[in-house]
Amino acid sequence: MASSHSSQGTPPVIAPGHTFGTVTDKISAIVLARKTPIGWYAGFAAAFALTLLLLVSLTYLVLKGIGIWGNNEPVGWAFDITNFVWWIGIGHAGTLISAILLLLRQSWRTSINRFAEAMTLFAVASAGIFPLFHTGRPWLAYWLLPYPNTMNVWPQFRSPLVWDVFAVSTYATVSLLFWFVGLIPDLATLRDRSQSKAGRIIYGMLAMGWRGSSRHWHRYETAYLLLAGLATPLVVSVHTVVSFDFAVSIMPGWHTTIFPPYFVAGAIYSGFAMVLTLAIPIRAVYKLEDFITMRHLQNMAKVMLVTGLIVAYGYMTEAFIAWYSADKYEGFVPLNRLTGPYFLAYWSLILCNVAIPQLLWLKRVRTNVPILFIISIIVNVGMWLERFVIIVTSLHRDFLPSSWGMYSATFWDWSTYVGTIGLFLSLLFLFLRFLPMISIFEMRTMLPEARVDEEAI
Amino acid sequence: MKTSPAVFGLIAEFEDPTSLVSAAHQAHDAGYRRMDAYSPFPIEELHEAIGARHTRLPLIVLIGGVCGCIGGFALQYWASTIVYPINVAGKPLNSWPAFIPVTFECTILVAALSAVLGMLALNGLPMPYHPVFNVPRFALASRNRFFLCIEAKDPQFDLESTRRFLETLNPREVTTVAD
Repeated sequence: MASSHSSQGTPPVIAPGHTFGTVTDKISAIVLARKTPIGWYAGFAAAFALTLLLLVSLTYLVLKGIGIWGNNEPVGWAFDITNFVWWIGIGHAGTLISAILLLLRQSWRTSINRFAEAMTLFAVASAGIFPLFHTGRPWLAYWLLPYPNTMNVWPQFRSPLVWDVFAVSTYATVSLLFWFVGLIPDLATLRDRSQSKAGRIIYGMLAMGWRGSSRHWHRYETAYLLLAGLATPLVVSVHTVVSFDFAVSIMPGWHTTIFPPYFVAGAIYSGFAMVLTLAIPIRAVYKLEDFITMRHLQNMAKVMLVTGLIVAYGYMTEAFIAWYSADKYEGFVPLNRLTGPYFLAYWSLILCNVAIPQLLWLKRVRTNVPILFIISIIVNVGMWLERFVIIVTSLHRDFLPSSWGMYSATFWDWSTYVGTIGLFLSLLFLFLRFLPMISIFEMRTMLPEARVDEEAI
Repeated sequence: MKTSPAVFGLIAEFEDPTSLVSAAHQAHDAGYRRMDAYSPFPIEELHEAIGARHTRLPLIVLIGGVCGCIGGFALQYWASTIVYPINVAGKPLNSWPAFIPVTFECTILVAALSAVLGMLALNGLPMPYHPVFNVPRFALASRNRFFLCIEAKDPQFDLESTRRFLETLNPREVTTVAD
C-alpha cells in the first residue's frame, strides 16, 4: 500500500500516532461508550419533527389525492420528479466513493465510504417516496412489477418508466448489500466491545458470527471487490435510465442525447456536495479530524470542481444543440429558460452550479472549511434548481401555445419535500448513533503497522 | 485419538501481522494443515501462508450474472411477445434494444446477490457458535490482536508437542481452546 505521506504539503489520510487499538476504540466509542452529544438530540428532534410533517403530508395526499400538489396540465411532473431525481443523484456519490474509488485504489476513500454509503441508502429511500406517491394510489404500486396476475397484464418493458423501476430497485438492493457486507467485520468489533447485554446480542446477531478467519477474509475481499465491480456500471446505469425518462420522450428540452452523461456527472456533483455538507459538521461534532482530514475535504472539492465543469459543459451543449438543430421548438427552450417566466430559477442555477463553484480553483478556498461548507450547500441548491428547470420549464411551454401553463408549488409540495429531508436526516442521525460511521477494519489497514514485512513471506 | 474430545485446538496470540504471517508459514512448513488464522483486518499473505485454496466465489458470481441476464431477457421476451403482445408505435413485438436496460439491471442484481449470499454460504455464516469464542482474549481478534489456531483434528496434533511448537513462534501466549 502506498505511503500516506506521498509528498510535502499533502495532508495525510489518517493523522500520525494511531494504532490498531486507538483507531478501533475511537470509532467504536462513538457508538458504545461516549456520551451522546446534546447536539445529537437537538438535531434528531428537529429532523424527526420534519419526518412527522412528511407523514402528515403523505396521509393527507392519500386522503385527498395528488391534487393537493401544484401539478397540472401541462406541468404533470413538478416537485415530485424534481425531488426524486435530486435524491437519487445525491445517492450516487456514495456508490462512487465506495465502489469506483475502491477499484481505482484511492485509499483516501476509506474514512468517508461508510457514511457516504449510508447517505446513498437514505437518499434512495427518500427518492422512492416521490414516484410511489405520485402514482396517486401507492397501494397499487406493485402493479409495476412483473408478476402473474388475474388481470392478465404485464408491464410495458419498452417504457423508460419501467426501466426506472428496475434500475432504482436494483440500485437500492445492491447499495444495501454493499453497505451491509462492509459493516459485518465492524459489527463483530462492536459485539466484542459492547458492555451491555442488549448490545452484544443485537450486534452479535447482525455480525452473524464473524470471527476474522483468514479463509473468510479471503472470500470477503473477493466478494467486496466483485460487488464494487458490479456497482460501478450499475451506478452509471441508474442515472442514465433516470435521464431516459426524459430523453426518450419527444418533449423539447428533454429529447437530447447529452442527457445520460450530463445526468451522471450532475449526480456525482450533487452527491459530493452532500457528502461535504454532512462530513464537515460530523467531523467537527465528533472530533474526527484525525480520520476525515483536510486531504479528504480537498479531494472532494476537486471532484466537485471537475464534475461541475462537466455539468457546465452539458448546459452549453444543450443550448448549442437547441440552436444548431434549427428546430424552432427546441430553439425556443433555452430562450424561454433565459428570459421566460422561470428566468430567476435558471439564472440562480447558473450562479449556484457554474459561477460560484469556480472558487474551488483556489487552494485557499479548498482549504477553508467554512467556505467549503457554504459552497457545498450552494451546489445542493443549484442541483435541485437544475432538475426543476429541466422539468418545469420544458413542460410549461410545449408545442401548442394554447396548452401553455404555469406551475407554482403549494404548501403540500414544500412540506413533502422538506419532510423527506427530515426523513433523510433522521435516518442519518440514527445511523451515527448506532453504527460505526467510519469503517474500522479498513482504517486499521491504512496504518503503517498493518504492512507485513518481506522476510515473513 | 491422543487428545480428549473436549479440546478444539490450541490458539497462539500475536501482537502484529508480520509475526502471525511468519508463524502461519512455519506451522504450514511443520506439516500442520487443519489450522486457521484470525486477524482484525484482511491480510493478503495470510490465507496463502496457511495453505488455503483460492475461492470459487468468482465462478458463482459469473453463473449468477449469466442467469440474471438470460432470465431478465426471457421474462421481457415472454411477456412482450407471448403472453401480452402489444403493438407500440409499430415496433416489432421482440423489440430487443428496448429490453437491454432491464436485462442489464437483472444481471447486476442476481450477480450481486450471488456474491453476497455465496460469500456467506462458503464462509458458513451465520454461525452463532464457534469454539474459538471460548477463549476470552479472542475478543481482541476484532481489535488489535492476531491469532493462529491449530485444530485438534489435525493428524499431527498433540496437546503437548503442538503447544511446544507454538511456544517457539514467540507468541504472546498459547491457550487451549475448549470445544
